[in-house]
Amino acid sequence: MSGYLSGVLAVLCINLIFAYGIFVPMAAGQINLGGAGFQAIGAYTTAWLSSVAGLQLWLTVPAAMLAAALIGCLISFLVLRTRGVYMVLATFAFGEVVAGFLLRSDFFGGAIGMVVPVHVALPLLVCCAAAVLLLTFYLMATRLGLAMRSINDDEAAAIVMGINVRAVQVTAFTVGGAFAGLSGALYAHSFNFVEAQYFNSFLSIYVLLFVLIGGAQTAWGPLVGTVFFTLLPEVLRISGSWRFVGFGVAIVLMMMLRPQGVITRAMVQRLSPRRWAPQCAGAGTWHGG
Amino acid sequence: MAASPALALHGVNKHFGGLSVIENVSFEVPAGARMALIGPNGAGKTTLFNLISGVFRVDAGSILLDGAAVENMPTRLRVRAGVSRSFQNIRLMPHLSVVENVMLGQHTLTKGLGPLLSPLAWQRNSRWRRLAEESLRSAGIDIDPDADVATLSYGVRKKIEVVRALMSRPRLLMLDEPAAGLNPRETAELAIFLKSMAWEGLTLLVVEHDMSFVHDLCERTIVLNFGRLIYQGPTGGVQNDEQVRAAYLGSRRVATKGAHTAA
Repeated sequence: MSGYLSGVLAVLCINLIFAYGIFVPMAAGQINLGGAGFQAIGAYTTAWLSSVAGLQLWLTVPAAMLAAALIGCLISFLVLRTRGVYMVLATFAFGEVVAGFLLRSDFFGGAIGMVVPVHVALPLLVCCAAAVLLLTFYLMATRLGLAMRSINDDEAAAIVMGINVRAVQVTAFTVGGAFAGLSGALYAHSFNFVEAQYFNSFLSIYVLLFVLIGGAQTAWGPLVGTVFFTLLPEVLRISGSWRFVGFGVAIVLMMMLRPQGVITRAMVQRLSPRRWAPQCAGAGTWHGG
Repeated sequence: MAASPALALHGVNKHFGGLSVIENVSFEVPAGARMALIGPNGAGKTTLFNLISGVFRVDAGSILLDGAAVENMPTRLRVRAGVSRSFQNIRLMPHLSVVENVMLGQHTLTKGLGPLLSPLAWQRNSRWRRLAEESLRSAGIDIDPDADVATLSYGVRKKIEVVRALMSRPRLLMLDEPAAGLNPRETAELAIFLKSMAWEGLTLLVVEHDMSFVHDLCERTIVLNFGRLIYQGPTGGVQNDEQVRAAYLGSRRVATKGAHTAA
């Protein structure tokens, strides 16, 4: 495999894990515009443990996930006091605070950044991305996933169904934090260097776009959104600097044509093979299936 | 000792800012009874439902379920204690299928992390899904359980909401205008269905404007006007009560006489 292709694939895997870190809380009705902050926590935890403490990959990556999950859990209690656009602003502010802190902290290398000695190979990245993908699909199939989706649809009605809305949302935010932290740790080990400037608000906006444009109704959405938006700039590379215009136009068009995202629940339902089997066999009889 | 009533309210008060919406309301619903709650628009019927289900907290007074005080309990624990309700406007989850909406109603039947983390959507033969599908069928809803709720008629969605409310195996079911928007045949079927549930021990508290439905279903009625209880007694006596007539027809002289109860 060429260096270029494996580089694109590595970015795709990292973006995918990152996108699921944003998708999981969004499935429970929480928009996180501070994604870069969580990714930075994962990246810097790994960077410090790897370069300063000299720990191995199998320790640094889980520790980074744990750190981002813990901070996600703590932050969620504050963020969940806010609603709608205020939640977006609160998470955005969190991302900025993390980036600002890292930039000014000598402990984490400040503006110079940190070198990460251990390199992670592409197969491991692919395995991690696949695991996160499967885990998210599993989560969305559980009763917890059902509760998350119901909160997203109608929080007041979900409460009357007896759902502990706060607990479900904190769980979703914590899982999202862990995934974003994992993506940060893998980023650090892939590029072997971290700097605070990378984890800026554009990154938070991009990853949110992956999920929104792919569709937040099912776990297929972030997959499609991430693949599309990671590969599109590469395809548009042939058009030189016009690729940014093409990228922007693509975003505007998709927002106009499919405001609910490319992949919707109804679409997945229609394409599901499980749905076709009993319907064809039992056509005309209600109790035939 | 006589059994505790399924629901008892003692001196319940609620105000929003300077507006008093529920004033000193007390009544009891015996276990297995079918009670109607009626009153003009703005009388406080839905607010009372919200107080009983825990959406709002009472300012004063107590709410007892089977003799146990619940007024300080969060909503989800009241559901576990046996209260279930429907909404005036259909509140089915728009992005959940029919069967997923019904299975959502089973949430409080689960205990611990095991059932919360088992992949419900992948288990086409799980007891949860079978239970949901059987309940839909027994309520006469013969549709594809995987259908999108948005594609269904108003009457069917209304019925699904009742089935969902029954999924938590409540002892007290509160329905907010269940017959609104149903045709006469559907209304009659709903009354038969709810009576059969009450015979199995379910206590019903129903807000409804369709008086023929109320007469058909509920043996007792309470009437609210401006947040005060103006009548409680047999449904048959409602129309002859002077206070109730005044409340609906608008005679100010009689309506302000005071909270007289005809129980």
